[in-house]
Parts: sequence; C-alpha cells; structure tokens
Amino acid sequence: MANKPQIRTNSSAIMAMIADEDTITGFLLAGVGNVDLRRKTNYLIVDSKTTVKQIEEAFKEFTSREDIAIVLISQYVANMIRFLVDSYNKPIPAILEIPSKDHPYDPAHDSVLSRVKYLFSAESVAGDRR
Amino acid sequence: MSGQSQRLTVVPTVTMLGVMKARLVGATRGHALLKKKSDALTVQFRQILKKIVSTKESMGDVMKTSSFALTEAKYVAGENIKHIVRENVQTASLKVRSRQENIAGVKLPKFEYFMDGETKNALTGLARGGQQVQACRAAYVKAIELLVELATLQTSFLTLDEAIKTTNRRVNALESVVKPRLENTIMYIKGELDELEREDFFRLKKIQGYKRREVERQREASKAYAEEKLAEDMSLQRGVSINAAHNMLSQAMHKDEDIIF
Repeated sequence: MANKPQIRTNSSAIMAMIADEDTITGFLLAGVGNVDLRRKTNYLIVDSKTTVKQIEEAFKEFTSREDIAIVLISQYVANMIRFLVDSYNKPIPAILEIPSKDHPYDPAHDSVLSRVKYLFSAESVAGDRR
Repeated sequence: MSGQSQRLTVVPTVTMLGVMKARLVGATRGHALLKKKSDALTVQFRQILKKIVSTKESMGDVMKTSSFALTEAKYVAGENIKHIVRENVQTASLKVRSRQENIAGVKLPKFEYFMDGETKNALTGLARGGQQVQACRAAYVKAIELLVELATLQTSFLTLDEAIKTTNRRVNALESVVKPRLENTIMYIKGELDELEREDFFRLKKIQGYKRREVERQREASKAYAEEKLAEDMSLQRGVSINAAHNMLSQAMHKDEDIIF
C-alpha cells in the first residue's frame, strides 16, 4: 500500500471542536479546551456572526494539525461546509459530527453514515433502525 | 487487455516450464491467502458498521442528557458561568491517546481518553450551583467517552474500507490476470515441447531408415566380391588362364577394364 496513511502512536493528543457556544462550554467544562502559547485555541465558537470562511479555515487548520486526534463538529456547522467535510477522507484526525442543542440530529446528513448506507443499501444495519 | 490470449514471452524450454509451474503454484497460494484476508477484514468491517450505527444513536441520547445538564447548571449558577469556564481554559486536561491494533495485517488506530492533571474548573460555581456544574461536567466527560469510542470506530471504518478495496483489487488481479497468463504460458511451453519431441522422433526414424539401406548396400557389394573371388580361385586351380576363365564364365560380364584388347 503506497498511499497508506501513517497512524501515529503518540502518547497524547487533543480534541478540537467547531460548535455552538453551549456545546463548547460543556466540553470546556469537561476539560477538553487547550490554549497554546500563541493564544490559539483548539475550538471555534460558531454564532450568528461567524462567517463560513472562518469555519472553513478553522476546519482546515484543525485537520492539518499534528496534535489533534479527533475533530468534533456540530452537524449544522458541518452542513455549512459540507463539501469540505465530504471531501475529507483521512483517518486521522477523525471527524465526528455531533448533534447540537438547537438543531436536531439527522443521520442522513452524516458523511460517514451516508457512506455506511451507500455500502449496504436495502436491509442494512443502518436502514432498518431509522 | 485481452486476458485469454495473453502469455509471457519466454523461451519454451523444460527449465522455463518448471519456473512457470512454480510461479503458478505461488500465485494460487497467494490468491487463497489474500482471499482469506479479505474475508477476515469483511467480517471485522461488518461488526464495526453495526457498532457505528448503534453508537451514533446512543450519541444522540448522551448529547441530549449533557445539554440538559448544562442548562440546569446555567439555571442554577447563572448565565455568566460560560465566561468563567472560557477564562479558565489553559491546557487540555482531558486528552486522547492513540495506539494501534492489528487486524489481519491492517493497522487500526484505537483512541482512548485520559485525564492529565487536575481540572481547572474545580472552583467554578463555588458561589452557587456547584453540584449542578460538577454533574454537568460528569455528563460531558461521559459524552466524550462515547465520542472517543465513536471516533475509533469511524477511523477503523475508513481504514478498513480502504484496506478491503486494496485487497479485493489484488485478489481480482491475481485471479483474472496473473493466473490465466501463467496458465497460457504453461500451455504454450507444453505445446512447443511436444512439437519438438515429434520432430525429433521423425528425424530418428529417417536416420534409421537410411542406415538400414546403407547396410543392405554394403552387404550386396561384399557378396558380389566374394562370388568373383570364388570364381577366380576356381579358374586358377584348373590352370585355365584368367582370360579364358572370364570368357568361359561370364557371358554377362561383357567388359573388363583390365583387359586391354
């Protein structure tokens, strides 16, 4: 396998988040937040003033950073940059679409679940539970 | 690519036949092994798919619970708790560790979270609502536990998907390109060798026939010579000159080069 993705076995990595304020607050409370020396955060709070361009840049930055293992992204934010999320296909960092408080979770929009559904069409494990 | 008529360009010799046969055996064994690997990966893949779907569903519930816990905390501790929380962010105390798991030669990452140092939010909500804040924190840690598990599954899913595709491609290539080509080559070499053998046999037959004819001819010649010699001996015994004997004996032999006149 020439294009085999390298899986790093580093001892510690952090998680990044792109979500609404409440979700971020909750995760920060749990101790996920990280601020480095240049005052760069590992999360992006998306509110009504945040532009799509900002989200895109944050997404690109988080997915290219070495120390991030998992990127949590609210589903409605993911829908804004759907083309980026769908074209992302590296295993690490893993992109996870999470439900947010104001927007109900729709499994059909999830990039991974839609691929699961694509692989197993009619009597798939995904199909009969929904 | 016309798969059927293809063969390798080789010299049709017995040695090459042996080499080709060895290669065919190798290809067959490799094909069987890869097929097994592909099957094993598919089994694993389906298990992961099932787990992904169920985990995704429970994720909805857990997120709902944790959101509700946050709302409770906000209600009790006041709206400005989020500012305190955000101010307290320094370094991540909850981190992710990744290690590898080997499934049929495919390395899958496995994430697990761990607490690193004590949390900085110990004093948040000290004035009021401390209990709710801690409950909210516990709820979110639980959510992260689930999310990390889900991330593991999802990463395994993507990696396995890629690995299965590659393996299947190899299986198909061996089955429909490499093996037929080797078989065709073996057939070709066998045909050529048979032809050579037939040619050889024919040539030997031909030589044998020629030899037999030659022996026959020599025997004839020696017989003729012996007869002549006998005749001469007889004539000498009787004291007849050789010329007379010649005249007497052979009317058939008209000429003799030795006789001058």
